[in-house]
Amino acid sequence: MRRRRQPLVLTVDAISCDGHGVCAELLPEWIRLDDWGYPILKAGAVPPELLDRARWAVSNCPELALSLRPAPLGVVAAARTERT
Amino acid sequence: MSRLVLPAPVTVRMEGTRTGQPPADGTPASESEPAVSVEPGPGRLFADLPVAGEWRSLARHRATYRMPPPASSRPNGRLIELVGRAGLQGRGGAGFPTARKLAAVAGGSDRRVVIANATEGEPASGKDRLLVTRLPHLVLDGALLAAHAVGAGEIVVCVDRTSGEAARALRRALAERREQEPPSCDVRIALTPPRYVAGEETALVHWLNGGPAKPTLTPPRPFERGVDRRPTLVQNVETLAHLSQIATFGHDWFRQAGTAEEPGTALFTVSGVARPIVLEAEMGARGGDVLAAAAAPAGERLQAIVVGGYFGTWMSAKDLEGTPLSRSALAPFGASPGAGILVTLPESACGLLETARILRWYAGESAGQCGPCTFGLPALAKTTSSLAAGRAHSEDVGRLHRWAGEIEGRGACRHPDGAVRLLRSALSVFASDVEAHLRGRPCEGSRRPALQVPASSEEWR
Repeated sequence: MRRRRQPLVLTVDAISCDGHGVCAELLPEWIRLDDWGYPILKAGAVPPELLDRARWAVSNCPELALSLRPAPLGVVAAARTERT
Repeated sequence: MSRLVLPAPVTVRMEGTRTGQPPADGTPASESEPAVSVEPGPGRLFADLPVAGEWRSLARHRATYRMPPPASSRPNGRLIELVGRAGLQGRGGAGFPTARKLAAVAGGSDRRVVIANATEGEPASGKDRLLVTRLPHLVLDGALLAAHAVGAGEIVVCVDRTSGEAARALRRALAERREQEPPSCDVRIALTPPRYVAGEETALVHWLNGGPAKPTLTPPRPFERGVDRRPTLVQNVETLAHLSQIATFGHDWFRQAGTAEEPGTALFTVSGVARPIVLEAEMGARGGDVLAAAAAPAGERLQAIVVGGYFGTWMSAKDLEGTPLSRSALAPFGASPGAGILVTLPESACGLLETARILRWYAGESAGQCGPCTFGLPALAKTTSSLAAGRAHSEDVGRLHRWAGEIEGRGACRHPDGAVRLLRSALSVFASDVEAHLRGRPCEGSRRPALQVPASSEEWR
């Protein structure tokens, strides 16, 4: 069996985030803004086709508040279930 | 090895009523102590509770509460196991299993620290200040035992700096011990800023490390990296008091009260009644019994109760009456005993107005670090306030629901989640009021605030 790539999740450091909104512009499929301009991220693993732009959003966050990390165990399971 | 399990003390009598001792009018408390009245009587933590202003010497404390904590600086697995068998859960609000927390800290590196948390930033709670003020030796017993269990060499007792009487009692108790029972480790008292979130464990650690008393991102949690980057146990003072009684009287004794899943007794602060009261009751005591023991309401019918404090959930008086005060029984109502708080709302008052006022307080207590909390909570407060005043439209209620869903879970700490939970429960418990207010017919009570909601301070250090 081919080894699957480890699922990744996007997280925001709510204390550092200043609501610039760059992330939502770069990755609208995954990030939208609330009424005050702060990002609301979808839960679960970022789909492979969005990963490149997710990395782009991470590196363009003015506050370095956005990060892409290996999914915690529960999320891995959720991501696998989604695929089936 | 010292024996940690002793026979049950004769001073403890809980049978007959599930609400512990019935409190009655006590002596009015002095200014710096919250207006709380109690009457000494049978109980566990309250087995020998002095009235306000009365001092319990260490000798008398020993006569009732028995065994002094043993001295050791190495982690004690037996004591942790004993606490685990007793099934003790934290009494600071979250209800986390105490033994697991102890084991996590004991498993960390050397030079561990214990924080005894008596900050009690929840405005509707008075039990921790009462415990520290009236039974400081019981709290110190627990703190020393916890230090013994995890192998800590330092204890910091954190008390809100505005509760001077609690700090004085602690100092006096410490002075007595230094003469008669020198503590096995360093014990100091820290006076914390009077803010709600200052008592959150990462905020406490942040402040003790020289920063503002604001929460920090987790992980790391304090058990991994706390005071001076050392493994730190943060434990509510009531939890520590229970721990001391478990060590003294055993886990079987502890389990004689409460339910199988949530054993023991707990302190409850009941306010909104004529005079706020702290009483000891078994976990799982019926809500109606606890309210009756607190003599609530005074002459007027009850409409609803905030269960778990301002960081809690509204429940109708009818729902709470027969419901046991335990996590499992309150869960279907989206509620939790929290730190053991019941705030009663009389029939004549307006639940929407009171919710708006508490939300305003919530917004003022935000650390202002995370956007959804900093901007979301004032928006929730403002819209709920116009709803209470009969100036809102149904879209506003829709917006409240949407905001609630969007704000929840997006702060570094749980502060915004508490506001959201309170609001949601208000919109559900006071649903018929929402309808009436939307039709431009606000109730009489919406012009007369009923609950005491304090102003927020600006001090963070």
